[in-house]
Amino acid sequence: MDTIFAPATARGKAGVAVIRISGPLAHAAGAALAGKLPLPRSSGLRKLSHDGRVLDEALVLVFDAGQSFTGEDVVELHTHGSVAVVAVVLRALSAQTGLRLAEPGEFTRRALENGRLDLAQVEGLADLIEAETEAQRRQAFRVLSGAIGQRATAWRERMIRAAALVEASIDFGDEDVPVDVWPDVMGLMQDLLADLRSEVQGFAAKERLRDGFEVAIVGAPNAGKSTLLNALAGRDAALTSHIAGTTRDVIEVKMDLRGLPVTLLDTAGLRQASDMVESMGIERALQRAGDADLRVFLLDDRGMPPGLSALPDDIILRGKSDLGDGDISGVTGQGIEPLLERISEMLGQRVASSAVITHERHRLAIQRAIGALESAQTAVEQGGEFVAEDLRHAARAMESLVGKVDVESLLGEIFARFCIGK
Amino acid sequence: MKQCDVIVIGGGHAGCEAAAASARMGSATVLVTLRRDAIGVMSCNPAIGGLGKGHLVREIDSMDGVMGRVADKAGIQFRLLNRRKGPAVQGPRAQADRAIYRTEMQRELAGQANLTIVEGEVTDLLADGGCVTGVVLSDGTTLRARAVILTAGTFLNGIIHIGDQRRPGGRVGDAPSVRLAQRLAEMDLARGRLKTGTPPRLDGRTIDWSQLEMQPGDDEPTLFSFMHDRPFARQIACGITHTNEKTHDIVRANLSRSAMYGGHIEGVGPRYCPSIEDKVVRFAEKVSHQIFLEPEGLADDTVYPNGISTSLPADVQESYVRSIAGLENVTILQPGYAIEYDYFDPRGLRPTLETRDLAGLYFAGQINGTTGYEEAAAQGLVAGLNAARRALGEDSVTFSRTGSYIGVMIDDLVTRGVTEPYRMFTSRAEFRLSLRADNADQRLTPVGVSLGCVSQGRAARFATKVEALSRGREMLQAMTFTPPQVQGLGIVTRQDGVRRSATALLGLPDITLARLRSVLPEIPAFPPEIDAQLERDALYVQYLGRQDSDMEALRRDEGRAIPETLDYLALPGLSRELAIKLSRQRPTNLAQAAAIEGMTPAALVLLLARIRKLQADRRAV
Repeated sequence: MDTIFAPATARGKAGVAVIRISGPLAHAAGAALAGKLPLPRSSGLRKLSHDGRVLDEALVLVFDAGQSFTGEDVVELHTHGSVAVVAVVLRALSAQTGLRLAEPGEFTRRALENGRLDLAQVEGLADLIEAETEAQRRQAFRVLSGAIGQRATAWRERMIRAAALVEASIDFGDEDVPVDVWPDVMGLMQDLLADLRSEVQGFAAKERLRDGFEVAIVGAPNAGKSTLLNALAGRDAALTSHIAGTTRDVIEVKMDLRGLPVTLLDTAGLRQASDMVESMGIERALQRAGDADLRVFLLDDRGMPPGLSALPDDIILRGKSDLGDGDISGVTGQGIEPLLERISEMLGQRVASSAVITHERHRLAIQRAIGALESAQTAVEQGGEFVAEDLRHAARAMESLVGKVDVESLLGEIFARFCIGK
Repeated sequence: MKQCDVIVIGGGHAGCEAAAASARMGSATVLVTLRRDAIGVMSCNPAIGGLGKGHLVREIDSMDGVMGRVADKAGIQFRLLNRRKGPAVQGPRAQADRAIYRTEMQRELAGQANLTIVEGEVTDLLADGGCVTGVVLSDGTTLRARAVILTAGTFLNGIIHIGDQRRPGGRVGDAPSVRLAQRLAEMDLARGRLKTGTPPRLDGRTIDWSQLEMQPGDDEPTLFSFMHDRPFARQIACGITHTNEKTHDIVRANLSRSAMYGGHIEGVGPRYCPSIEDKVVRFAEKVSHQIFLEPEGLADDTVYPNGISTSLPADVQESYVRSIAGLENVTILQPGYAIEYDYFDPRGLRPTLETRDLAGLYFAGQINGTTGYEEAAAQGLVAGLNAARRALGEDSVTFSRTGSYIGVMIDDLVTRGVTEPYRMFTSRAEFRLSLRADNADQRLTPVGVSLGCVSQGRAARFATKVEALSRGREMLQAMTFTPPQVQGLGIVTRQDGVRRSATALLGLPDITLARLRSVLPEIPAFPPEIDAQLERDALYVQYLGRQDSDMEALRRDEGRAIPETLDYLALPGLSRELAIKLSRQRPTNLAQAAAIEGMTPAALVLLLARIRKLQADRRAV
């Protein structure tokens, strides 16, 4: 049984974040960060450190198997509520062998399996897990449709191509398929590895952890986005004018929305750009909007802006109600209150999933895929079945990013490329 | 009116295996077939085994099934496919003498205790209160039984196409089972239509073998059965030739006369077994395709040209075949044809192959949308074992994806259904490194022994082998090498004084027991097959460790049965979309539920909780 860990508290402004570790290695993992653990069923204040660096001071709680939420050995780390602290602690736990991030609902499932919960309790928790799962599904969808999506699609293609070549040489070695697939396979894996490695480096470089949700306001130029932002933020954060294309860069305004940390993004108007600076602004707008947790589309008579489509929860409004028909106006303030209400309601449902954990999940997924691919490279001399095994691992690791790569995808590729059937 | 335990309808590969398995379990079994002398006929190519398929035969043999033994008797050319690759992806294959295969299969069944063969056509099924109770034959005879296995192959509404000619038939020369098909049509079973093709059969005496490349069998033949060491029949070679541009031109010019391209066929054919028409159209850039000329028997001049199945008219077949090197003057004994047939959506089956709609009725073989003798036989085994267990009032037997190719296939069929004739490939088995043809007996013979379907002779032979293997493993684990000794094997190692076990070294590439003995003569001499098995097992040890937790998790979920009566729509907390999907697919265990698209961890936890609760309630009663 693996030892799993995950934040057990919602992201938000809470002063304390709880990170739960459960499984046979839980006590050892806790001790690795906190030093000597307090006695079971008691708590103690400890300095958490990793690689000689102090991460935070935390209240550490220890439970023995049979006396914990999951029924397994459990350690809880109550750290300060900062996103950055949670991120480094998760990172430190990921680095330990035998530990992995919990899947959504996994703590509950273990509790159930160990007879720690009855059906009524599970059904009470179901909504919470469902919300977390749903948020993950959304996140995955956003990955695929957002900025990382094109890269993920290319990774997926290469992964399937490489695996299909290997599988063809195994399952159809007796048929009319190329005998030596290895130069092609090695090439595909090399490219894939290069891409994945640079992605991971990007993760490290962009370490700017999003402290809270991002809500992007998007729409055609001069639709009133900046005016709306100013109205929402209650101050002149963005420069407004009636000249279309005034906002060139992405403007961020942090605000506290009913207890949730939210960053509002004002983006360049979406249209065919007239100059290079504007086109760069539009590109950046599309990227940031794609990555945001929620988009508010502000429309005028021109309809949906080019280059971006709405996801199921996105909010679509007609702007400039001060000048005619519309839902909202940054000038008069009409519709502002209902919009804030809707945004906080939407985001409130998603608190269980934090950007920190998905960020960490993606990093780990890519890292695991890199490990599997490196192993595949050295396995070539041992035989195709080893390479195939490693490629399977890589594909499984990347499932959250590229979707499922099952045997039908491989067979489809094989039968499309080679004339099988002697 | 006669009473027995199990009735098997059909004497093809699924039927033979089902009847033999049921009888071995000690249940009084009746095999009903249209023609007694057609039992064990190979309708398609004269070969058994291959990649994935050879694995299935080994697994059938491990449970003491008949296919492996009969194929060994009939084998006239044995080749271990992927011989130069690792043991996990090697598959035994043999050309079979059709006549010997048929004779030996009939001999096996005739000698099987508890098995009676009845010649006749089943026209109706008898049922009472949702349970099958027997069958009616065309002459009015009624046979009663506690379980019935239907293995109708391509005989349900079969239509044979040669060019624009079409006629009803299950196989050339045999009538289809129309009345039974009508009877089944009245039941509420989802159906589909598939097609498959055959090549023209050639007269070997009119082939110019002198100009052809010949492919002999392996010098050291690998047999199917764990009970056999060497072939029984004389061994032969196969010929190899190729199509050419002229062949393709002829095919292209006559495409509109092909049953498939002329729009006469609605069924879906397999992508991995394209007709020559398909090859010429879909892979237009290829100027030549390989053809294996496979003799159908030692005393038979018929040759099966593997690679040119077709549904073109007979005259076109003759002209394209004669454009091929070595076949310039060939005589066609029987034109190739395509056959279309009905299959039942296997998602209507339980993992025991029992239909969900009529208790005690089992389906096995091509009727479930599969192709191939081996796939059919493996299903026959599963259905036969379970029908017998049911008749004898015992619990069902299911096969896990983690333990056998049989388990992989059944799970694929009952959870995913088919979109083309289903064939086994090694890539379908996610635990391929541990599900090997060489260790099929270690995986399944103990299961067979505990079920009671394995003969004493086999059980004893297996026990001896297992004992030798475990003794060998213990010894290798205890034998350790010093760093200089390891260096002596040509392996770069640190001189850190740490001793390495023989097992660990054996997992390295190019290290054999013979090489280890050259450095450490104390390693005892084992019989050659034990040596080979120890080496094969050691090769994958490292990877197997990685798979263990995955296998454990899957096995655990497979073991969590979901009651069929579970009302998903009434389950609080389950999204309506998922509830509808679950009600439609009716997963039989948690692993199947998890494989449903869109399934969430939350829903699984809910399901698990509900199963737990139902179990607790049942225990309380």
